[in-house]
Amino acid sequence: MGLKILTEHINVPGIETLEVYRKHGGYKSVEKAVKTMTPEEVVEEVKTSGLRGRGGAGFPTGMKWSFLAKPEGVPRYLVCNADESEPGTFKDRWFMERNPHALIEGMITSSYALGANTSYIYIRGELMFILRILEKAIAEAYAAGLLGKNILGSGYDLDLHVAPGGGAYICGEETALLESLEGKRGNPRNKPPFPAVKGLFASPTVVNNVETIASVPWIVNNTGAEYAKVGIGRSTGTKLISASGNINNPGVFEIELGVPVEEFIYSDEYCGGIWKGKQLKAVVPGGSSVPILPANLILKTTAGEGRLMSYESLSDGGFVSGSMMGSGAFIVFDEDQCIVRNTWNYSRFYHHESCGQCSPCREGTGWMEKVLHRIEYGHGHQQDIDLLVSVAKQIEGNTICPLGDAAAWPVAAAIRHFRDEFEWHIKYPKEATAPGAVYRGQLDSVTA
Amino acid sequence: MLTTEEKHQIEHEISLVPTRKAACIEALKIVQQNRGWISDSSLAEVAEFVDMSPAELDSVATFYNLIFRRPVGRHVILLCDSISCYVMGYETIRDHLYSTLGIKYGETTEDGRFTLLPNACLGTCDCAPALMIDNDLYRNLTVEQLEEILNKYT
Ligand SMILES: NC(=O)C1=CN([C@@H]2O[C@H](COP(=O)(O)OP(=O)(O)OC[C@H]3O[C@@H](n4cnc5c(N)ncnc54)[C@H](O)[C@@H]3O)[C@@H](O)[C@H]2O)C=CC1
Ligand SMILES: Cc1cc2nc3c(=O)[nH]c(=O)nc-3n(C[C@H](O)[C@H](O)[C@H](O)COP(=O)(O)O)c2cc1C
Ligand code: SF4
Ligand code: FES
Repeated sequence: MGLKILTEHINVPGIETLEVYRKHGGYKSVEKAVKTMTPEEVVEEVKTSGLRGRGGAGFPTGMKWSFLAKPEGVPRYLVCNADESEPGTFKDRWFMERNPHALIEGMITSSYALGANTSYIYIRGELMFILRILEKAIAEAYAAGLLGKNILGSGYDLDLHVAPGGGAYICGEETALLESLEGKRGNPRNKPPFPAVKGLFASPTVVNNVETIASVPWIVNNTGAEYAKVGIGRSTGTKLISASGNINNPGVFEIELGVPVEEFIYSDEYCGGIWKGKQLKAVVPGGSSVPILPANLILKTTAGEGRLMSYESLSDGGFVSGSMMGSGAFIVFDEDQCIVRNTWNYSRFYHHESCGQCSPCREGTGWMEKVLHRIEYGHGHQQDIDLLVSVAKQIEGNTICPLGDAAAWPVAAAIRHFRDEFEWHIKYPKEATAPGAVYRGQLDSVTA
Repeated sequence: MLTTEEKHQIEHEISLVPTRKAACIEALKIVQQNRGWISDSSLAEVAEFVDMSPAELDSVATFYNLIFRRPVGRHVILLCDSISCYVMGYETIRDHLYSTLGIKYGETTEDGRFTLLPNACLGTCDCAPALMIDNDLYRNLTVEQLEEILNKYT
C-alpha cells in the first residue's frame, strides 16, 4: 500500500461534514498558513514540493504561482478547474463527491498564498449534484469562520463561489473557462498572455485543477520537502488515476508516482487484470487526447525497460513509441475492441466539441470523423489511411488551443500502431462490418 | 416577462460577479429551470435584464449544450456516448431506449415526457454505461433496469 496523501480519509463515514473532516485533521493547513506563514512561504513550500499540475499539462504549480503578476490595487483570482470532461476522466468528480472539504481547504490555503480575496470553483454543468455537495460544505465553512471576513482572526478575507458551466468540453481549457466565467462563449484565447498575467476580468489569475489544489494542504502541513520524497524523479507525490474500460476493478486509485504499469494493470490493489480472463490489447493512459499504446509498448519501453506510471516514463519514446500521463485517465481495451471504431468514437467527440475558431481544427476534426466513419462502415479507400495522417499533421501545432492536437494525436497514434487493422477494414469490408467482428492480426487467413 | 422570483434569483447571481453580463449563463439556466427551454421571447427578456442584445446572448446560449433553444420534454435523458461507455455496452442501451421510447436522438416522445440526447462522458466511466435524467445520474446500466428508471419520471 502506497502513501495516501489525498485519499487517506476518503472512506471515513461522514467525512463530507465539517465536523468529521475536522476530527481527522481537516483545515489544519488553513490554520497553519494564515496564522504562522506568509503567503510567500506557502508558495515556497509548493515550489519545493515539485507538485505538477494534475489537469493534464503537468506544469510545475509553484512556478506558476510565482509567475502571478501583482500590480497594485488590482484583484487577483484563484480559479479551480473542476470542468473535468475528458472522456475517461472522473477522478475530480469522484473526489469532490466524497471529500468536498478537502478541496475547500485547498482553495483557502492556496488563495491565501496567492493573495486572492475572491475565488471560484468552475464545475461542469452536468454535475449539479456535486455542486450541491460543494455548496453545502462551503456554507459550513463560512459558518465556522473558515471563509468570509477575517478568517480565523487572521485578518485575511476570502469569498468562495461555485460556478457551473453550460455543457461544453472546451471550457476545461483554462482560457475558455475564463471566458465562460465572464459570461461569454467558451472560445479559447491566444496565450501568452497567460492567465497568471491577464486572466479573469483581465486580472492576474491562477487556474488549477481540483487534484492540484487538494494536494496543497498536505504540502503545507508536512512541508514541500517531504512531498518531494514521494514519487520518482520529477514526478513527485501521488496521483489519482481514473481507471476504466475492460478491467476487473474500474475506479479511482491514488498511486505513488512510479508504480510499474504492469503492476497497475494486473495487481488486485489496482485494476485487477483484464476482465473475463481476456488479453490486453491496448491502453490509452492519459485520457482520450493522448496517444494510444499497444500492449507491448504500454508495458515496456522500446529500450525494454518496464514502463512506470510517471510523467517521464509514460512519455518515453516521444510520439513514436510513447504516450502521456495527461489527466491520468487510464482506459484499457481488451482483445475484442476494435481500434478503428474506438478511434472514430473520439474523433466524433472532438469534432463536436471544437469551438470552431481555427479552421484546421474546425475542418480537420470533421474530416477525420467522416473518413474514420467510412472506414469503420466498410466504405473506406486505401488512400484514406494516408489522408488521415495528413489531416492530423495539418492540424497539429496550427491552432489556438491544444484541442486540435488532442484530436490529431489519437488518430495518428492509432494508425502508427494499428495500421494493419485499418487496412483490414478497407480490404475486407464485409468481414469487418459483420456483427462482433474484430481484427486479430490474421490478415492472411481472411478470404475476400 | 421575467417573474419576480426569476429576477430575484438572477440578481443574486449578478451580485457574485463584477458585471451583469457575466451572470448571463446562470440567468439562462434559471429561466430554463422554470420554463423547460429558452424561447425567443425568454431570450429577449433575459438579454434585456443582463444588459445584452438578444443576438449577443443567443450566440452564448447556442454555444452551450445544456441550454435548450428548442422545446424539450418534461425530462431530458442524456446518454453518455464516449469511449468507456462505448466499450462497455452503450449501443445496447441506446437501442433499447430508441425502441422503448420510440424516438431517436434529438426527438421528444409524443406525450412530451422525454427528450433523448447523446452527451459526452458523464464522468462516471468506472460505472459505465451511464446516463443522466434531469440531474440524476444512473450508472452501471443494464437493459433490465431501464424500465424501472424510466418509470420514476412522469
Ligand atoms: N482534465 C481534463 O479533463 C483534460 C485535460 N487536458 C490536458 O490539458 C493539457 C493542455 O492544457 P494547457 O492548459 O493548454 O497546457 P499549457 O502547457 O499551455 O499550460 C499548463 C498550465 O501552465 C501555465 N503556464 C504555462 N506556461 C506558463 C508561463 N510561461 N507563465 C505562466 N503560466 C504558464 C498555463 O497557464 C496552464 O495553467 C493537455 O496536456 C491535456 O492532457 C485536456 C483535456 C481535458
Ligand atoms: C481542450 C482542453 C480541455 C481541458 N480540460 C481540463 C479540465 O477539464 N480540467 C483541468 O483541470 N484541466 C483541463 N485542461 C487543462 C487546463 O487548460 C489547464 O492546464 C489546467 O487547468 C491547469 O491546472 P493544473 O496546472 O493544476 O493542471 C484542458 C485543456 C484543454 C486544451
Ligand atoms: S483548436 Fe479547436 S477548440 Fe481550440 S481554439 Fe481552435 S477551433 Fe477552438
Ligand atoms: S465515458 Fe461514459 S461516463 Fe465517461
